[in-house]
Amino acid sequence: MTMGAALFLLVAVATVAAALGVVLHPNPVKSAIFLVVTLFLLAIVFVLLEAHMIAALQVIVYAGAIMVLFLFVIMLLNLQDDDPERGRHRYVLRGLAWLGGVVLAVELALLLRGATMGGGEVPADYGSAEAVARSLYTDFLLPFELTSILLLVAVVGAVLLAQKQRRSSLP
Amino acid sequence: MGLIAVGIAAVKAFAVLMLVLNMSAVLLWVERKGSALIQDRIGANRANVFGVMPLNLGLLNTLVADPIKLLTKEDMVPAGADKLLHFLAPFLAVFPVLVTFAAIPFGDELVIGGQAINLQVAALDIGILYVLAMSSLAIYGVVLGGWASNSRWALLGGIRGAAQMISYEIAMGLALIGAVMAFGTLDMQAIARAQGHHFFGVIPAWGVIYQPLAFLIFLIAGIAETKRVPFDLPEGESELVSGYFTEYSGMKQAAFMLSDFAESVVVAGLAATLFFGAWQVPFLFRDGFHFPGGVIVALPHLAVVVLQIVSFTLKVFALCVFQILVRWTLPRYRYDQVMDLGWKYLLPLALANMLVTGIVIVSIG
Repeated sequence: MTMGAALFLLVAVATVAAALGVVLHPNPVKSAIFLVVTLFLLAIVFVLLEAHMIAALQVIVYAGAIMVLFLFVIMLLNLQDDDPERGRHRYVLRGLAWLGGVVLAVELALLLRGATMGGGEVPADYGSAEAVARSLYTDFLLPFELTSILLLVAVVGAVLLAQKQRRSSLP
Repeated sequence: MGLIAVGIAAVKAFAVLMLVLNMSAVLLWVERKGSALIQDRIGANRANVFGVMPLNLGLLNTLVADPIKLLTKEDMVPAGADKLLHFLAPFLAVFPVLVTFAAIPFGDELVIGGQAINLQVAALDIGILYVLAMSSLAIYGVVLGGWASNSRWALLGGIRGAAQMISYEIAMGLALIGAVMAFGTLDMQAIARAQGHHFFGVIPAWGVIYQPLAFLIFLIAGIAETKRVPFDLPEGESELVSGYFTEYSGMKQAAFMLSDFAESVVVAGLAATLFFGAWQVPFLFRDGFHFPGGVIVALPHLAVVVLQIVSFTLKVFALCVFQILVRWTLPRYRYDQVMDLGWKYLLPLALANMLVTGIVIVSIG
């Protein structure tokens, strides 16, 4: 086994273990920390794939920003250990979780069927900032712009909700 | 990679680590004596050695006596604290700060025996993104230290810290994008080299001339990221005891303090690299000084490299001292003022800076 493969195996096992921690840990703060660890390890997987730009963005956006907001909200609401078995909608939630899991598994199976393993030639500028930017602004321009509009709508919506709450709390 | 290459890499990593840690320690001394100077006091001037008598050890007071004191203090963990996270938080605060400096170049190439050594620990194509990624992870030490302590003061400090650091990270990142657009690369060594020429043969082409607004925004956001006065709301002695590290003692408390100082050094290092020519010395080229008017002073290679390293260190130190001056000059902002400054002033200004930079670059071609 080459050193790259050994490293990948190590990181992959750790990633899956951390992901299991997210789901299985009863404490919401610990779950969120496991998610941070999972996302950080995913960034290492990206580095092993030579996708340095994506790895850096993964850490900046997910591990460093979005997860901080998750933790922020969990700490602000002061959530305690939570037993989902006692919830009101437990059967609905359980059904939805199974449905999501099955859809994901089917998608993964379909993807793996058409994939070829290894042996591909890697271009010299693969994963560089220029390569990622070029494909983002040419081949994927429309999805990219649509995503930005989606995010803008979410931001406007969040501001509107916060404003509404503040106005109604005034005497 | 051969054994020599590994050895060189290890020496560079060690040298940079020592630079950050020693600079932090010296800054602590500058802070104590400098604040005394500003406030017309004498400041810390004696250490009690072996309980015998107070001795004035000068610089050694802070460099030797303080660490020994902190190391020998009792390490307390509050009842009801989350033991594992309480233990990990100081490490999570210090680690990302110390590894950030790996991407910052402290000199050009050193050629020894025909082998060129790049004076930068990690030559990354995406250097600036790496710096942003690591500094974004520094929040976890603050947040988890605040949460794991099982204390209201600490929790409030942790929540304030999370909100403040994430707000200013955006303005800081966007300010850096302005500079990146001006230089056209994310590689910090390439940015350093791009600042080697002179406008009209006299003015060094440093980043602050291309991007003055970006420098201002970066410096303010950077000081906010270090969580020091006037942005010390996560600590806020007069409101929150000492905020997110209220429940820490001994060396762990010192680790949080150290991470604040090391962050100052990192902010100064970044500002020096992007806006003040990194290791460039005005009129110094690879073979010596070329002064305007045709005066040339030839220097050996080693002297040039040493001058570059000294220049970088001095720039970082000067920017650190400036941060300390700010810290002892301005009072603390109110919380809503901190949020307003970040979101309503720095963020739109940074966006406008990006837009103008883009227009200028496109129109120049």
